[in-house]
Amino acid sequence: MDLDLSPSELEFQAEARAWLAANVPAEPLPSMDTAEGWVLHQEWEKKLTDARYSVVSWPTEYHGREASLIEWVVFEEEYYRAGAPGRVSQNGIFLLAPIIFEHGTKEQQDRFLPTMASGERVWAQCWSEPEAGSDLASLRSTATRDEARGGWVLNGQKTWSSRASFAHWGFGLFRSDPTAARHAGLTYFLFPLDAEGITVRPIAQLDGEAGFAEVFFEDVFVPDADVLGAPGDGWRVAMSTAGNERGLSLRSPGRFCAAADRLVDLWRAHGDAQPQTRDAVVDAWIRAQAYRLYTWGTVTRLAGGGDMGAAGSVNKVFWSELDVALHETGLDLLGAEAELESRWTDGYIFSLSGPIYAGTNEIQRNIVAERILGLPREAKGAGK
Amino acid sequence: MKFTWTEEQRAFADSLESLLAASDTVGVARAWAEDDTAPGLALWSRLAEQGVNALMVAEDAGGMGATGVELVIAFEALGRHAVPGPWVESAAYLPVALGTEALAGELAEGAIASVAVAPHVPHALDADLAAHVFFVDAGQASVATIGERLHSVDNTRRLFRVSSGAPTALSGDLEAAFDTAALATAAQLLGAGERLLADAVAYVKQRRQFGREIGSYQAIKHQLADVRIALDFARPLINGAALSLGSADATRDVAAAKAFTAEAAYRASRVALQVHGAIGYTRELDLSLWIVKVRALVTAWGTPAHHRGQVLDALVRAGA
Repeated sequence: MDLDLSPSELEFQAEARAWLAANVPAEPLPSMDTAEGWVLHQEWEKKLTDARYSVVSWPTEYHGREASLIEWVVFEEEYYRAGAPGRVSQNGIFLLAPIIFEHGTKEQQDRFLPTMASGERVWAQCWSEPEAGSDLASLRSTATRDEARGGWVLNGQKTWSSRASFAHWGFGLFRSDPTAARHAGLTYFLFPLDAEGITVRPIAQLDGEAGFAEVFFEDVFVPDADVLGAPGDGWRVAMSTAGNERGLSLRSPGRFCAAADRLVDLWRAHGDAQPQTRDAVVDAWIRAQAYRLYTWGTVTRLAGGGDMGAAGSVNKVFWSELDVALHETGLDLLGAEAELESRWTDGYIFSLSGPIYAGTNEIQRNIVAERILGLPREAKGAGK
Repeated sequence: MKFTWTEEQRAFADSLESLLAASDTVGVARAWAEDDTAPGLALWSRLAEQGVNALMVAEDAGGMGATGVELVIAFEALGRHAVPGPWVESAAYLPVALGTEALAGELAEGAIASVAVAPHVPHALDADLAAHVFFVDAGQASVATIGERLHSVDNTRRLFRVSSGAPTALSGDLEAAFDTAALATAAQLLGAGERLLADAVAYVKQRRQFGREIGSYQAIKHQLADVRIALDFARPLINGAALSLGSADATRDVAAAKAFTAEAAYRASRVALQVHGAIGYTRELDLSLWIVKVRALVTAWGTPAHHRGQVLDALVRAGA
């Protein structure tokens, strides 16, 4: 057992650290969910791409550098330690790209991955519907076959679509076979958000910014070339744990370690005035450290050919609760000044979404209990 | 970078597990609590034959000079099986505190020793059974004078009041010894927590109420999921601290592991009791051994408050 980086990994780390030190904007960029911030975040992605740091673990032909999983985690640690901007393209890079690598055709990979990597084309997820949240498989938006044009016609409504207010393309599941059972008969589609028949209505989030949107579909035509995986196979495609070998379904520990270090800095400045926060400061740092070490264990397992299994659910509950606790503690340290807008209020408001998005923590706990502990599934509700 | 056991480490864990699983450790622990120590001493010898007592003894002193990883493998197994006796004292603290003294070699062979380390470890475990009992206060060691028997909430922990007697020298690094002991205790807590969770999961799968297994209810599931999550994050902290032993960060990393694991194991004990209901509140059910043991180990070899303080001191110092 060891935690040592190899000479080439150390070299990669030093290179990344030096580049970030020289290139990360001195002042935090404005929020990516504003028109001004959006442009600046896209420019930052371009800069990352030119230095081949936007998708280090991807193949060279798609702007990557074929970095190993270990190097990917190292890069993420350096990235957040350097205080670099949030990734405006993350929904594409982290959620969609693994699916395209696993299920996409070569033509789709060539067509979609380079501009996703460079941030020129930003992707928004279109999963939830007004009546399909945690119970995603109950979604009702439809895809109707149009044999004459060689494609499908989408109708319905998606909501809570992150980045959709400014993004260029979307991805999501639609019901292509109304006669099939819940999870069957769904198809995975890719579509430009400025397509005829699509209306995007931004929704102000808790912080007032348009971080997500409703997306309405009225007879939107999508050609067969933009179906991901086989028609009717969308659920399996969307739920596949694809891309583990690229680390893309891991949540980088770098962000939490960097935030925990900032919290310790805050304690140095304000701890004397708020001594009751002591345990919470220490616990946040310990939990960030636990998350970092846990990730190295996961990386070791994946590198040895293992898979994530349900560990992603263990992960998600842990980091999302850590993120909230960390920012709550930061605000407690700021005392009566805490309510004034700052990096800590921004981080706090953002952290509150963590236990909800990407599968609520209640759903994740069900998964941990059923798939890891082997507890019996709950009897289904009598709703239908 | 391979943050997992080597083949040898896995084999060591497996061999301890098969030995302990076949040793009626529950019977051993219950007898130990009643001062019938013969079965426990026999088990002590068998574990010594497996090398547990020699792990942390320096090779120069006749030990194995093993790493912290082997230490935590052994102590997790001791915790999972509720093995009684002064294991932390004889196989973690004293081997390091004694350095290359001859007595360390005796410990490697299976000699029983105990120690109190003021103020964090005020009393000595099984002092009446130990061939050597030390008392360490402010870095000064003495041969302990043994006083009255005390009663722990965990009745398999046979504690004795001790006081300082004739001064003696412990030539090893006492701070490193304390780190080693705290790490061993954290590993015991992890083992105990895993055992509590396993028993609780087995119970809720077969206990039925309102016509179905209680483990199908979310109110039960979510509590057990939280225990699984907490223990999953305790383990890498313990392994990280095991690798850190002997480094400049050892005290910080061990303290983090002990504070976090104590909380995780304590959560396991509370949830295990709660999902068992009234049957869990009985001495008769074996679960009771681990429920009270965890409570005792939470404050043994440094309270959570002490260890959090150690972490914070290290962090604040690092940034100064």
